[in-house]
Amino acid sequence: MRPITYSRATDPQSAVATVSADPTSDYLAGGTTEIDLLRQYVLQPRRLVDINALPLAGIESTPEGGLRIGATTRMSDAAAAPEVRERFPMLSEALEKGASPQLRHMASLGGNLLQRVRCSYFRDPLAPCNKREPDSGCSALTGHSRDHAVLGTSEHCIAAHPSDAAVALTALDASVHTLGPGGERTYPLDDFFLLPGDSPHREHPMAHGELITAVEVPPTPVARRSLYLKVRDRASYEFALVSVAAALSVVDGRIADIRVALGGAATKPWRARRVEDFLVGEVAERRAFAQAAQVELAEARPTPMNAFKVELAQRALVRALGTLAEGTGLEDGSPA
Amino acid sequence: MSADDQALTRRGTVLEERGPGPVRVALPVNGTEHAVEIEPRVSLLDALREHLQLTGAKKGCDQGTCGACTVWVDGRRVLSCLTLAVACEGREVTTIEGLAEDGALHGMQQAFIAEDAFQCGYCTPGQIMSAVALLEEGRTGDEEIKEGMSGNLCRCAAYPNIRAAVRSVRDRA
Amino acid sequence: MTAPTSTATAVGQDLARLDGRPKVTGSARYSTEVPAPGAAHACLVGSRIAAGRVLAVDAEAARAEEGVLAVLTHENLPGIAEQPPLVPSLAGTAAPGQTFFPMQDDTVHYAGQHIAVVVADTWERARHAAHLLRISYEETPATTTFEQGRDQAYVPERIFGGWLPGRISRGDADAGLAGAELRVDAAFTFAANHHNPLEPSCTTAWWEGDELVLHDATQGVNATQITVARLLGIPRSRIRVIGHYVGGSFGSKAMIHDHPALAALAARAVGRPVRLALTREQMFTSVGHREEQEQQISLGATREGRLTAIRHHKLSPTSHFDDWAEPSIGVSAQLYACPHFDGVYRLFRANTMTPTFMRAPGEASGLFALECAMDELAHELGLDPVELRLRNYADASPMTGQPWSSSGLRECYRRGAARFGWQDRDPRPGVRREGDWLIGTGMAAAGYPVAPPPTPQRARARLYDDGTAVVQAATPEFGTGVVTAMTQVAADALGMPVGRCRFEGGDTALPDIAAAVGSSGAGMISAAVHSAGTALREQLVALAVADRGSPLYGRDPAEVAVRDGVMRAGSAAESYAGLLRRTARPDAEATGSWQPDSGAPYAMMTFGAQFAEVAVDPELGLVRVRRMTGAFAPGRVINPRTARGQLMSGMLWGLGQALLESNRMRPGTGRWTHASLGSYLVAVNADAPEVEVELVEVEDTVVNPLGVKGVGEIGQVGAAAAIANAVHHATGRRVRQLPITVEALL
Repeated sequence: MRPITYSRATDPQSAVATVSADPTSDYLAGGTTEIDLLRQYVLQPRRLVDINALPLAGIESTPEGGLRIGATTRMSDAAAAPEVRERFPMLSEALEKGASPQLRHMASLGGNLLQRVRCSYFRDPLAPCNKREPDSGCSALTGHSRDHAVLGTSEHCIAAHPSDAAVALTALDASVHTLGPGGERTYPLDDFFLLPGDSPHREHPMAHGELITAVEVPPTPVARRSLYLKVRDRASYEFALVSVAAALSVVDGRIADIRVALGGAATKPWRARRVEDFLVGEVAERRAFAQAAQVELAEARPTPMNAFKVELAQRALVRALGTLAEGTGLEDGSPA
Repeated sequence: MSADDQALTRRGTVLEERGPGPVRVALPVNGTEHAVEIEPRVSLLDALREHLQLTGAKKGCDQGTCGACTVWVDGRRVLSCLTLAVACEGREVTTIEGLAEDGALHGMQQAFIAEDAFQCGYCTPGQIMSAVALLEEGRTGDEEIKEGMSGNLCRCAAYPNIRAAVRSVRDRA
Repeated sequence: MTAPTSTATAVGQDLARLDGRPKVTGSARYSTEVPAPGAAHACLVGSRIAAGRVLAVDAEAARAEEGVLAVLTHENLPGIAEQPPLVPSLAGTAAPGQTFFPMQDDTVHYAGQHIAVVVADTWERARHAAHLLRISYEETPATTTFEQGRDQAYVPERIFGGWLPGRISRGDADAGLAGAELRVDAAFTFAANHHNPLEPSCTTAWWEGDELVLHDATQGVNATQITVARLLGIPRSRIRVIGHYVGGSFGSKAMIHDHPALAALAARAVGRPVRLALTREQMFTSVGHREEQEQQISLGATREGRLTAIRHHKLSPTSHFDDWAEPSIGVSAQLYACPHFDGVYRLFRANTMTPTFMRAPGEASGLFALECAMDELAHELGLDPVELRLRNYADASPMTGQPWSSSGLRECYRRGAARFGWQDRDPRPGVRREGDWLIGTGMAAAGYPVAPPPTPQRARARLYDDGTAVVQAATPEFGTGVVTAMTQVAADALGMPVGRCRFEGGDTALPDIAAAVGSSGAGMISAAVHSAGTALREQLVALAVADRGSPLYGRDPAEVAVRDGVMRAGSAAESYAGLLRRTARPDAEATGSWQPDSGAPYAMMTFGAQFAEVAVDPELGLVRVRRMTGAFAPGRVINPRTARGQLMSGMLWGLGQALLESNRMRPGTGRWTHASLGSYLVAVNADAPEVEVELVEVEDTVVNPLGVKGVGEIGQVGAAAAIANAVHHATGRRVRQLPITVEALL
């Protein structure tokens, strides 16, 4: 780890002023990405500004019935909050299935959104990687790409977005509130995460020094019946091969409202709008789910190593929606 | 940009910087206030092990992937390898060395011995710190124990015995 | 019979680990944690390229960093005195992990090869200075894949450090296969595996004048001592190696890799103690691994299910300097009565370090192939898999015709099957469903050779006049429970309660023990400890019966039985402590030594049987193991609790091998795809089901004095095959690759 200086922020404005003024500075929240990647020389800030003492933690209901979750709210606190569990089970489950208990106690929700990809080439400073070092090339394209994305890829980057929570938040039409040198801003989450295109090093539209202050989840009645399905090799403590955040409301056998997003399979939390558009008004049955999933994955661009994700994502979509349609609780654990 | 931006945020002042050379850090560990001279980049794990000679928390990966470095900060189980020591000023750090009281083993420590919940012992302090915290978090169902202990790798794979130890403490409570 | 007896019965007791308290309180000090005032920290730097040479190392920026004490490269590192040959550390001789020592010249043979050591006053500064080195290379094409190497494959004369032949055969396998009524031909692929004990390899080194002290994480302190002595050209008598607690090994610390010698050189260069710990990433490139491999197997059988021939071939990459293959074929040659056998190892040279022992080295992969093929054969024949194995039971080694020193295999099948509930099994695949999950069960046989050490194993027993005893042997405790088990052995040999005995190990100042590898530890160390304890007991009894002041005076030593530290013959009795105090002796001491009879006309193997139940979600490709049962016949069990722990651990390693653990070299760069515990997946708690271990004790009067055959590896052997066979039973699909991945089941 390179030498760093440390500052503890006491008010958001000073934190923003400090980081904005210095391109070699980063915020430090939970540290689970920042310290890890600093030690590996993937990130090389000269200065860290600790924002943990800022009054940015906490969950409050909005007057409309949504939630405003402070940026430094810990994953475990957000997952356990009764209002999250009751109104947005998919978000609670996505948070619970992320990382490990210790990491969930550390990681902030804002940091979770900004966590960096798990691509082994991105995390290896000796390997070419356009995301880490623009124009150095993408090693994954011809390398080991089992864990990589099949949707939203470009010829410059195929790394999958690693966050579980962001998948649920994307399905829920959440928005990100920030404070920057120019003032406060709000981004719809689907616009907040950028596709790699030809600039995979740009992952979000924020300016340097812009600070996430909160994530707002709008009232979403359909989300009361929702789930997060995470498919992974290990039974716990692993990033998703494929995941699905889904909410479904069925009225008289037909789908009245639906929210779906995919994780693990795309370069950003992937709102499955084609699935949603296909299914609204349809009969809630397996065949329709399968057709919708096929439509969503039609534009998948896999590598030979991750081609299975195209099929797996479709099956996971069908499983998630089928489970909601049956009205049974969904468990991805073994029936042991 | 939203319309609210007319009420432009008051510009803050640039914060004081500490480091990058060694700085004096007050670190409360196991109920005792310690002062260490460390660079801000020093992790809580290295501060404990190299500066306070508290080597109970182990360095298994230094990457947040194994859980051997698990300690409590303000009563919560966290990974000390991904925590900067300087960020722990004013917070209470508890390590395995602070678990036994007056030389009497904590119930979880006794249970780990009784259930043969370790072999090489390297992950054990982290397992125990995690296990005690798990029960305090109220995650006490059998399946919750499995999941709740999954952040602590045990390469000797004493997992079934680790679960038995946690259950035995749970059932005694 | 003229020897006095001990009637104590500590051996076999379910005793809790005696090193529990230091381990659960965090007071146990591992090798980088020992006090070493003023210690500096060394950081190894690995090569970015896999083949070529180092053109230059620009260390200017690194040396300018505050606190940096030394940058050692091939340009300034003192040359080694001698490169000892690669011989398994069980031999008790020098045991380098490979016959290449880095930084002797500019050559690069594999990615991650150590090309510099940076020493600084703190770990952070050493690591950062290492990052600041500017290293330029001349890169040449590397061989990193099977596709590149297949055509260059050769059959080595010997493998495994020269201990085993490259070809094993009996009868005429071609004829046996040609004449078979039924054949199974199957090809298997195996990803590379890495040990990844939770404690990365590490050494703390310092010099006291021209004497070297090393605290080393090792399976054998003597192996470290001898290897470093040869490498550095210093007398063994000038090197003391200590390793009290070792945080797991599984073979990664069985051979002595280059870092202990480099730590010693670094300490000499900076004139102060040096701590050198590998990073987790370096644990993938610096301590060997289980090589990636392909195996082909052909079974020939009669309609009655009697094997007529087995052909088992393997192809794997080795380094440019050693012919290493883990012996995957050895147990295939011996597990079943079968007249014809043909086994061949083929190697190709690749840009890798020399692979090494990893838990059940060879057997874990070889019996996966054999036991999956046997399951296919059983299925073809419509025979129960257990019955097929019973029909081919070998009551003597099929290779030598020598009887087993002990077996217990049939009992393992029977008791394992009973405990698992195998008898009610419906053999049809793919017919049991619980919700989204298909359920299946599978089994496999297990065998692991008993490897006696070729050199004498020694221990020392000392009794104090306060009635407590210390028994010593150099072996370190790396999780096997040796400290506890040897205290039990010592107690019985002395005729004392466990609570008054203490075992000390992990120090070359103590009597020599070879590296405890290949499940040999419990057998050879117990033999030495038993010998020392017995010698001391005989000495004290002899003293008593010859001493006019003793109530035992004049008795025949053979009449004297010792229990609870009291020697008794009829109504006459005197305690050890009483005898010593009465005769003004502060203590008494004896040493013991054991060397196996290499000429014994027996074949020696440990046997077992594995059973597993899995749930497979065929839509999502998920496999979850629901329960495992293993029955093993490891000879005498010194401590059932720690033995069960080792066996359970091995079985869960089999689970990891079956479903999770995977690595491959990146084509071209030769760097490992996975070099962290975040992406190289080992089982977590939620993956591990409840595990039942059935101990089938068999008497063995051949292997060693206590008849102990060892439990470290046999638990893993066959476990992955039982899981793969259960996956077939659940789904009807044969997966012939390890690990079994999601994509393999979609």
